[in-house]
Amino acid sequence: MIIEADKQNQLFLATPIGLLKFCNKPNYPNMEFPAQLKYTEEHEWIRLEDNNIAFVGITDFAQSELDELVYIEVETVGETLGQNDVFGTVEAVKTTSDLFMPVSGKILEFNPKLDENEGDDPTTVNQDPYGDGWIVKIELTKPEEVSELMDADAYRALVG
Amino acid sequence: MKETPLTATHIALGARMAGFAGYNMPISYAGINPEHQAVREKAGMFDVSHMGEFIVRGKEALDLIQYVTTNDASKLEIGQAQYSCLPNNDGGIIDDLLIYRLAEDNCSEGERAYMLVVNAANIEKDWEWINQHNQFDTKLINISDQTGLLAVQGPLAAKVLQPLTKTDLDALAYYTFTKGTLAGVENVLISATGYTGSGGFELYADAEKTPQLWQAIMESGKELGLQPAGLGARDTLRLEMGMCLYGNDIDDNTSPLEAGLSWITKMNKPNFLSKDIFAKQKEEGVSRRLVGFTLNERRVPRHGYTIENESGQSIGTVTSGTQSPTLGYPIGLGYVEKPFHKQGTNIFIVAGKKRLAATVSRPPFLRKD
Repeated sequence: MIIEADKQNQLFLATPIGLLKFCNKPNYPNMEFPAQLKYTEEHEWIRLEDNNIAFVGITDFAQSELDELVYIEVETVGETLGQNDVFGTVEAVKTTSDLFMPVSGKILEFNPKLDENEGDDPTTVNQDPYGDGWIVKIELTKPEEVSELMDADAYRALVG
Repeated sequence: MKETPLTATHIALGARMAGFAGYNMPISYAGINPEHQAVREKAGMFDVSHMGEFIVRGKEALDLIQYVTTNDASKLEIGQAQYSCLPNNDGGIIDDLLIYRLAEDNCSEGERAYMLVVNAANIEKDWEWINQHNQFDTKLINISDQTGLLAVQGPLAAKVLQPLTKTDLDALAYYTFTKGTLAGVENVLISATGYTGSGGFELYADAEKTPQLWQAIMESGKELGLQPAGLGARDTLRLEMGMCLYGNDIDDNTSPLEAGLSWITKMNKPNFLSKDIFAKQKEEGVSRRLVGFTLNERRVPRHGYTIENESGQSIGTVTSGTQSPTLGYPIGLGYVEKPFHKQGTNIFIVAGKKRLAATVSRPPFLRKD
């Protein structure tokens, strides 16, 4: 996820990844980085299930930096995408961010809790980024790519 | 990076901090939406000590101000404030600002005193510009670093502050001010102004005393739901009211007449910078206008997105955009070519591969019942 909003706006919050470059290191005592997940530099996580199925979402760090999410758009269900391809967009009050595939795969499902045609509650991602706030379920087409991703310690070092 | 007198306080409160105009500033504490809501329904307090303040004092102080600003400062009585612009020589805007006409206690016979309040990002630019045009019998003093500024905004702002001062806050009309003692801090300029549309006060005080003011106000407001609020909510609040943010909606290349600021561009006053250009624009009209628009879908417009007409031609650019926390749908400001500025015109905002349907809607987006 790259925070792309307000790209040309030198005065307000966001330079391209402005929100992720705050002056003070984040000091959120409850921030979690579950050990069973893999992470990307774009602040997505992936949780592997059996048979090359996986869930993908954004990290606790990402949701807290974005502030409250107001809309999540995923129009790629059924499509097979490559690693780092854009599979959706999240809108927070002040920021728009693209969502990137951590690995290649087919989009099987968009979390109905987030989908505007069903549950339509994007703040689920703020409340439970690694659980109920998963964004898409995918089927991996190149499972070997998982080994390129960061483990929890490496990701913590990146953001902490 | 510069700090305000309260930077350490914000960090201790767990605020998300970021660089803004060279200052380490709080963006949010509890989150933009709850802070926004607190200001609309109860009260919020902003540290905006990064703003710049200049004192203009002398026998020809008014002449200087009249020459470098667009509004008619001769209308100001002592105790009144005015919104205005500093034009450049090409019909653009150097900065937008507030002008306060101060009491003349420390002035000698025939002197007047004013305070100009300018945007933090423009302090040096404005200072140089005004000094460069100061061929008058008047003196400028930059008190920005010695001056703290707190904005206490919202329907309960007077209730929060009244126990701390003998000054009758309810008697202070919009855009007037007085000096008083507040929370034991003397010489506080208490101004019934703000940038939120929810009413309230802006408090200018000695930088050193600002933390004392902050603490006392937080204490006084605790029971009333006073919420510390950051620059994130400040931006969504001003945008719901359609107020311009310098660097986003107005800049060196936008005319006040294009920006809908003709109400502060007064042609019936003596000569001022770019007056001829503005006179021509008033007579002939401008080719583009800053408009408000609402989106008919969920994606949010952002600064820099292209605006198109129905047939897909580029007709302008988005200058500000957000999801409105109060209204629950996306709103924005942007420049469009005439005649697409007319109320109700269907326009399209280009967000990457998407074209978002939007409707021109005259600000403020939020109207008082």
